[in-house]
Amino acid sequence: MSTTETTASGIGPVEGASLYSVDNPAPVIEPPRKRTKKTPKSTRGNFELAAWLFMRLSGVVLVVLVIGHLLIQLVLDGGVSKIGFAFVAGRWASPFWQVWDLLMLWLAMLHGANGLRTVINDYAERPNTRLWLKGLLYTATVFTILLGTLVIFTFDPNIR
Amino acid sequence: MPAGTLYRGREGMWSWVAHRVTGVLIFFFLFVHVLDTALVRVSPEAYDTVVATYKTPIVALLEYGLVAAILFHALNGLRVIAVDFWVKGARYQKQMLWTVVALWVVLMIGAIYPVLGHAARELFGS
Ligand code: HEM
Repeated sequence: MSTTETTASGIGPVEGASLYSVDNPAPVIEPPRKRTKKTPKSTRGNFELAAWLFMRLSGVVLVVLVIGHLLIQLVLDGGVSKIGFAFVAGRWASPFWQVWDLLMLWLAMLHGANGLRTVINDYAERPNTRLWLKGLLYTATVFTILLGTLVIFTFDPNIR
Repeated sequence: MPAGTLYRGREGMWSWVAHRVTGVLIFFFLFVHVLDTALVRVSPEAYDTVVATYKTPIVALLEYGLVAAILFHALNGLRVIAVDFWVKGARYQKQMLWTVVALWVVLMIGAIYPVLGHAARELFGS
C-alpha cells in the first residue's frame, strides 16, 4: 500500500539534454499493426464481441421477464391450475402483456440460440457436423420466433 | 487430473457446467413451449387439452425441475455478468457462487408449495 505513495520511481532522470523539443518533435513511429489507408480492410467484424455483449444485456432483461412470467403462470393466483384458453385471452387483451411476451420470446430465443451456437462450436469438430447442427439450430430458431410472433399478433379470443 | 489448476474440477468449472446444461435444457423446453402455446390459434379445446396434461402430478414435478434450472441459470448468469463487469468480480467469484447457491435453495424451498401443492392435493386428497 505505502510503497506506491513515495515518489521513488524505477525510471531515473534522463541524462543529457533531449534531442527533441516543441519545434523539433520526435519522429512518429507507426504502431506495427495500425490500420492505414494502404492496409487491407479487416475481413472480420466485431460479431463475436456483439454476441458476447448481447448475452449479457439480454440476460439482465430476461431475469425480469422470465422470473415475472414464472411468478404469474406458476405461483400467483392458483399456480398452473388457472391456466387455460380463457386465462391466455385475458392476458393478451392487454398490449402490455403482448409486448412482454413478444420481447421475452425474441430475447430468449436469440439468447438461447446464440448459447447453443457456442456449444456446437465447442463440441462438434468436423466441419460437416458443425454445418448441419447450425443449419438445424438456425432453422428451428427462425421457425419458432416467427410462429410465436404470429400467434401473439393474430390471437383471436373469439376463435369459436 | 493435472495438479495445481485453479479452474479444473473446482467451483468455477462446475458452475460453468451447470450453467451450460441448464441453458441447453431451457432452450429445448422453450421450443416445445412455443409449439404448445401456438395451439391457442387452433382451438380453445386443443389448447386446454394439452394444458390439462401440464396440471398432472408428474408434469408438476417436471415444472419444479424447470423452475430449478431457470433459477440457477438466471442467478448464476448474473454472477457471470458481475465477474465480467465488476472490477472485484473475479476476486469474489467464489463468494458470489455460494450466494447464488444459497439464494437458489431458499427460492426452491419457497417454490415447493406453489408449484407442487396442487399435485400433492390431487395425489393425497385435500
Ligand atoms: C433468466 C435470465 C438469464 C440470464 C441472466 C442468462 C445469462 C446468461 C449469460 C451471462 C450467459 C453467457 C455465459 C458465458 O458467456 O459464459 C448465458 C449463456 C447461455 N444461456 Fe442464458 N441467461 C438467462 C436465460 C436464458 C434462457 C431463457 C435460455 C434458453 C432459452 C438460456 C440459454 C443459454 C445458453 C444455451 C447459454 C450458453 C451456455 C454456454 O455457452 O455454456 N439462457 N446465459
